[in-house]
Amino acid sequence: MSGWKDSASPAIAARGIVKRYPGNVTALDGISFEVEPGTIYGLLGPNGAGKSTTVKVLTTLSRPDEGTAAVDGIDVLRDPQAVRRVIGSVGQRIAVDPDATGRENLLLEGRLRGMSGAALHERIEELLARFALTDAAHRIARTYSGGMQRKLDVAMGLIHRPRVLFLDEPTTGLDPEARAQLWAEITRLTHQDGLTILLTTHYLEEADRLANQVAIVDHGRIVASGTPEELKAGLRGDAITVELAEGLANGTVAAVMARIPGIWAPVEDGRTVRARVDHGASAVPAVLSALDGAGIGVASVTVARPSLDDVYLRHTGRALSQAQEVSA
Amino acid sequence: MTAIAQSLYMTQRHTRALLRQPWFVAITLVQPMVWLFLFGNLFRSVTDIPGFTTSASYLDYLVPGVVAMTAFFGGSWSGMGLIDDIERGILDRFLASPTHRSSLIVGRLAQDAVSLVIQAAVIGGIAWLLGAKFESGPIGYAVLVAGAMLLGATIGALSNALALVLRQRESVIGANQFLVLPLTFMSAAFMPLALVPDWIASFATFNPLNWAVEAGREALMAAPDWSYVALRMIGLAGVALLAGLVATRAFRTYQRSA
Repeated sequence: MSGWKDSASPAIAARGIVKRYPGNVTALDGISFEVEPGTIYGLLGPNGAGKSTTVKVLTTLSRPDEGTAAVDGIDVLRDPQAVRRVIGSVGQRIAVDPDATGRENLLLEGRLRGMSGAALHERIEELLARFALTDAAHRIARTYSGGMQRKLDVAMGLIHRPRVLFLDEPTTGLDPEARAQLWAEITRLTHQDGLTILLTTHYLEEADRLANQVAIVDHGRIVASGTPEELKAGLRGDAITVELAEGLANGTVAAVMARIPGIWAPVEDGRTVRARVDHGASAVPAVLSALDGAGIGVASVTVARPSLDDVYLRHTGRALSQAQEVSA
Repeated sequence: MTAIAQSLYMTQRHTRALLRQPWFVAITLVQPMVWLFLFGNLFRSVTDIPGFTTSASYLDYLVPGVVAMTAFFGGSWSGMGLIDDIERGILDRFLASPTHRSSLIVGRLAQDAVSLVIQAAVIGGIAWLLGAKFESGPIGYAVLVAGAMLLGATIGALSNALALVLRQRESVIGANQFLVLPLTFMSAAFMPLALVPDWIASFATFNPLNWAVEAGREALMAAPDWSYVALRMIGLAGVALLAGLVATRAFRTYQRSA
C-alpha cells in the first residue's frame, strides 16, 4: 500500500494501529503508514475520521489497543519519554498560555526541555524573527490575533529543534492570509531544516500544496495513499464540463455524449453536463462536433484534471465538503 | 533534579499569571479578612460558654481556623486552572514533552502555597493589630502556616486529580461545595470540640483540616506541646503525600481516555 523504496529507515512508522473508545467506538481500525525523513506526510479526511487520534498515538498522548508505532526509530509504546524529546507537537487547539507573553511562552517551553542560557535566548529570538513575532514578543499572548497565536504555537513546537513535527490541522480557523504565511513557513521547515512533518488537514488544497505523500483517512482506516499526483492519476481520465448555450439538457445531450468513444458517465444538471473522458484535450473537438451535429448550441466546454476532491469522492463515496458538513 | 527544576518553572508560570490578575489578587487578600471579621464577630460570645477553655482571646483562638480555612479554600479551586489548560490543549502540549507529570501538579500547589503565605501574613498582621497575642511569636505562626500549606496541598492535589479524571468545571465546583464547608465546621476551627456533639468531635479526629487547626493553635501557645504538634504535622504530611500520588496517578486515567 505504501509503495516505499526502502532507502532510509522511516521517520514515522505506524503498523496496524487500532484504538477503541468505551461504548464500542473504533476510532482507528488498523492504520499503517510510513513517512520518509525530510518529507511532509498529509493525513486527509473529515473530522472524526481518526486523524487526530493517530497523532495522539504517535505523540504518546494515547496508547493504542493494538499495533505498534515508532518515531525517529524509537518505539512509542516502549520508550515514550525518548519520543517526547525528539518530537514537536502542535495540536488542533492553539495551546499558548494566554496569560504569558510570546517570549515567556517560548522560554517555558525551552526550559522544560532542558534548554537554558544564551543558547535558549538566541533560539527564542531566532524563532520570533522567523515567525514575524519580534515586535509582539513582549505582549501577553491573549492580545494576539488568531494567526499570531498559531505562529507562536508552531514556534513553541520548534524550540528544541525536533526531528519530527506533528501539525494537527494547523490552519483551521485562520484567515486566508495567515494560512498562506503558515504554508510558506511549513514548506521552508522541510526544505531548509530537513524536518519531517506529519500534517493532518481537512483542506484538500492544503494537502495538495504541502504534502509529498497523502493518505486519505475515513472511518479509522487509510483508504488510499500516495503522492497527490499518483492519487489523482489513479482516477481514470479527466472531467469534462459542457455548458449549454440555451435551454435545459433533457436527456438528449447525455445521450449524444454517451455515443462519443472515450466518454462515459455523462450526468445532466440543468444547463450543465458533466462527464469523464480518457483524454480531455482530444475529446473536446469530438464533443463539439457531435453536439453541433445534433443541433445543440454550446456556450463552453471545460476540461479539468482530477482534484484530490475527486479522489476523496472516489474512495469514500462522498465529497469531502459534504463529509465535513455532516460532522461539523 | 529535572523534575524539581520543571516544578519551579511551572510555579513561576502560575504565580506570574496570578499577579497579572489584580482583581484576583485583591479578592484573595480580602477574603481572609472577611472571614476574620465575620467569624470574629459572629462567634465572639462562645468564649462565655462554660467549658470554653483557652487562655487567649477568641481572636487568638480564631486565627488558626481562618488560616486553615483559607488554605483549604485556595487548594480546592486548584483544579480549575488545570481544566483551563486541558481545554486549551496546553496540558496535552506538556504531556507530549518530556515534562514530569509531578511538576505539572507541584507547580500549581506551590503557587497556592505562595498565595497562602501572603494571605496568612495579612491575616496575622490584621489580627495582631486587633489585639491577638500569638504568644509563641513568629515561630509558632510559621508552624501554623506550614500545617495549613500541607492541608492546602492535600486538597489541591485532590482537586487536580478530580479535574484530570472528570475534566468538568461543574464537578470541581460540586466537590468543593460538598467538602469545604462540612470539613471546616466539623473541626475545632470555630468551636472547641468539647462543646460540640460527640459525633462531630469523633469525625474531627480524622479530619485533616482539624489537624492543621489544632497543630497551629497549639504551636501559638506560650508553651506548646511539640509532640502534640508533631503528631498532627506528620499526619498532614502523610495525607499530602498520598494525595500527590493520587494526582500523579490521575494522569494515567486522563491519558487512557485521551
